[in-house]
Amino acid sequence: MGLKRKDLLSLTLLSADDINLILDTADSFKEVSGREIKKVPALRGKTVVNLFFEPSTRTRTSFELAAKRLSADVINFSPSSSSVVKGETLLDTARNIEAMQADIIVLRHSSAGAAETLARGVKSSVINAGDGWHEHPTQALLDLYTIRGRGMDFAGLRVAIVGDVAHSRVARSNIYALTKLGAEVRVVGPPTMIPLHIDRLGVKVYYNLDEALRGVHVIMMLRLQLERQGRALFPTIREYAQQYGLTNERVKLAEPGAIVMHPGPINRGIEIAPDVADSLSSVILDQVANGVAVRMGILYLMSGTGA
Amino acid sequence: MTIESEAGTRQERVVMDAGDIARALTRIAHEVLERNKGTKDLALVGIRTGGVHLAHRLVRRIHEIEGTQIPIGELDITLYRDDLSLRKDQPILRKTSVPFKISDLKVVLVDDVLFTGRTIRAAMDGLIDLGRPAEIQLAVLVDRGHRQLPIKANYIGKNIPTSRDEAIHVSLEENGEEDRVVILKA
Repeated sequence: MGLKRKDLLSLTLLSADDINLILDTADSFKEVSGREIKKVPALRGKTVVNLFFEPSTRTRTSFELAAKRLSADVINFSPSSSSVVKGETLLDTARNIEAMQADIIVLRHSSAGAAETLARGVKSSVINAGDGWHEHPTQALLDLYTIRGRGMDFAGLRVAIVGDVAHSRVARSNIYALTKLGAEVRVVGPPTMIPLHIDRLGVKVYYNLDEALRGVHVIMMLRLQLERQGRALFPTIREYAQQYGLTNERVKLAEPGAIVMHPGPINRGIEIAPDVADSLSSVILDQVANGVAVRMGILYLMSGTGA
Repeated sequence: MTIESEAGTRQERVVMDAGDIARALTRIAHEVLERNKGTKDLALVGIRTGGVHLAHRLVRRIHEIEGTQIPIGELDITLYRDDLSLRKDQPILRKTSVPFKISDLKVVLVDDVLFTGRTIRAAMDGLIDLGRPAEIQLAVLVDRGHRQLPIKANYIGKNIPTSRDEAIHVSLEENGEEDRVVILKA
């Protein structure tokens, strides 16, 4: 039973059965989150450390709430208030945390591979909460849970991932998971934002948004990383919004009942028009609510005493 | 008779057949109604997985006897187990579904086998997290003894003394099996 693994680092390492187990487990925690007393004693006596080397409100809060609803003790640890600024390495920091009997470390880091490095160096379970441009497994899992919650089957599902795919860990994790479950994944964006050879991951590449949206059931928008404007990936924000911004007219090109997703925070009026973000087809707030249930499920499954 | 199992060859002895189970449940339904003076403010909650089908059968019997439909819920106690922090792999969760407010109700927990009492302790914790019942009662099909906690059933289908190395297996039609209770002896 269970995930039979110490860490959750990448969705490439999970089987379709593992993914389905996580989604099924999240269902139980969705019920817990709907109760008057939103707390169960499953992780009583366990310690979860949120180790965030990059700013994050949404993911950190979501993990914190998930751990607290499972009755775990939670420590939030961020580099600005730690010894990292004094030159301590990632592993030194983690080992110090481990010496405090941390059972699970949730890591967010700006370097790809940081979670794997950490997992090799500590006995605690490590959950990757985003490492550079590499992966963000729990975001993809909550996206899948949101899609499934809309009654959609993954086999034969058509999903368009729109925007800066090259710099998106969310896109990568979603591609791995969705293709594993039998969905057809399309990526669309300006050529400067679509990595070369991404088709080797089993996705279809489009550069024209209108073409990519025809017949899709799920439109997954990515945040335009405005801090990367200086990298000359596109001429102007205005042009990007015209070419790749999601409008109500463009949503109509997709299948009837198609849903619009976004990992947040959204740039209203750039990658997504305000009336789309607030429309009935938008499941952006469902994603946030589901994030807590999915992370509760993951923390629960990772909280065994290991091998 | 002898059956093959993962644990090797085991002796199997039938201690309740379909008729015994049906009669025990009918009696328990009458006892529940008698003790609670009817169905007012009464609800049944089956403990997953063994108690759920039995709870549904009891609700049907109570309806046949009294003509009223009482609320029924299903409780998964996994998150309240006292061995979660000791396990290598966490057990599979199933959904709790108690689609009514339990506060101020008399709730009868239903399970198939009462053994150490740890499951019932977990079930009471789980139930109390959903509200504040006026009373919690316990109905079981089989009480096999070996209690590790001070817990006692209000309604018992059959007391079956067992040794620690024996296992009790309750099979039910709802799971595609024949209704019966067997003792498996190593």
